[in-house]
Amino acid sequence: MIAIENLSKTYGKLKVLDNLSVNFDGGRVVSIIGPNGAGKTTMSKCILGMVLPDSGDIKFNGESVLKHHAYRSQIGYMPQIGKYPENMKIRQVIEMVRDIRKDATVIDEELIGLYGLQNIYDKRMGSLSGGTKQKVSAALAFLFDPQVLILDEPTAGLDPISAEILKCKILKEKKKGKLILITSHIMSEVEEVADEVMCLMDGAVKFHDTISGIKQNTNEERLSRAIAKIMNEED
Amino acid sequence: MNKIIKYVLYDIIRNKIVVAYTLFLLLLSIGLFNLGSSPEKGLLSLLNLVLLTVPLISIVFATTHFYNSYEFMELLVSQPIKRSKIFMSEFLGVTLSLSAAILIGIGIPVVLFAPGATGLYLVLTGVFITFIFVAMAFLASVITRDKAKGIGIALMLWFYFALIYDGIVLFILYSFGDYPLEYATLALTALNPVDLGRVMVLLNLDVSAMMGYTGALYKSIFGSGWGVGIAFLVLVLWVMVPLLLSRRAFTRRDL
Repeated sequence: MIAIENLSKTYGKLKVLDNLSVNFDGGRVVSIIGPNGAGKTTMSKCILGMVLPDSGDIKFNGESVLKHHAYRSQIGYMPQIGKYPENMKIRQVIEMVRDIRKDATVIDEELIGLYGLQNIYDKRMGSLSGGTKQKVSAALAFLFDPQVLILDEPTAGLDPISAEILKCKILKEKKKGKLILITSHIMSEVEEVADEVMCLMDGAVKFHDTISGIKQNTNEERLSRAIAKIMNEED
Repeated sequence: MNKIIKYVLYDIIRNKIVVAYTLFLLLLSIGLFNLGSSPEKGLLSLLNLVLLTVPLISIVFATTHFYNSYEFMELLVSQPIKRSKIFMSEFLGVTLSLSAAILIGIGIPVVLFAPGATGLYLVLTGVFITFIFVAMAFLASVITRDKAKGIGIALMLWFYFALIYDGIVLFILYSFGDYPLEYATLALTALNPVDLGRVMVLLNLDVSAMMGYTGALYKSIFGSGWGVGIAFLVLVLWVMVPLLLSRRAFTRRDL
């Protein structure tokens, strides 16, 4: 569904993505892991066209996304830290995005309902806590029933119940054949929702395998140990 | 595009600075027309104040607005919208609201106290200056991510066009006074939109007779429909060049 080909990006002298090539197929939950600064967010932002790569290409259903914008109607994005206009109310943000995306046929308001966002519709975005902003981000990402979901550390600021709601939603959407990319540092969570794990290190793929494949190769029961083992082997 | 402009305008109107700006211009115009003995003098004083304040307010307001809208733009960039569309909506939202302030704040008093071609030129000049300085402000804000730096560049641009440039022109005229400088001054005028606007309005007032030989040359050029057409064309260029440069930079940067 998404094919990244030889993607490179440097910020000044820092090489964030180094000739990265990877394929993601529909109906899977792929967890992107890696140390801080490995290029996880940069890769997501490249797919969204927010960061423009120096070289390489990204193909969405076989077509290059560079210099295009229409494909973004098929991607739901939940940023690591949601930034919203401070003086807009939750209602206004959601209505504005819906107004701009009027051609969308399917509207999925399940998360708005489950998170009870209607009850706080008239709160200003600037007055919301980090976790509540995350809920708004999540609701917006799923709102237009996109084929691909890119969730950047989705549960980092959420309370356990809200995180559980999100995980259920992720698994539900996966069954509809969607591709879901999650960056996360919490291994237990990765094990719970993901089918595949892709590890980025210094802007390149360290390994990319299914969870059972990783466990088999390392003879470990727990994913966190298995990954630690792979990381240590190389050193 | 209209939809995004709608939200930009909504945001601008709510922070009330544009309303205050409109009232300020309105008070200024009515006050000056009532102080002067003739509407001509009122127009002249108004011209000088407009050419000083409109660029300053436009450039500072547009720069702060751009940085404050960063979150808004970031939210839109992940949606299926072209970046250039987001940028142009921001530009039009700011210029249209500031131009509306000029049409109400200067236009209405001019129609009431000094109707005529000169007044029309004054309002048109004000609108053009607004577009030009907002475009320069956006260019300054696109170039640097640092808000303080961006506002600093914007203020430097204002200083240059409103104050320093005239000093440079005077220095050139004084140093090369022995040479025929009529066409050189004409070219120098075109290189500063504020001066260009000033000359266009001044020549419609009868004070151009006091501007000597150069004034006569200006009169013969700007007095004709041709000259005015070219002057407006130069003003349009002054809008388009910074606007297109900043749009290009905006579509090619990382957010």
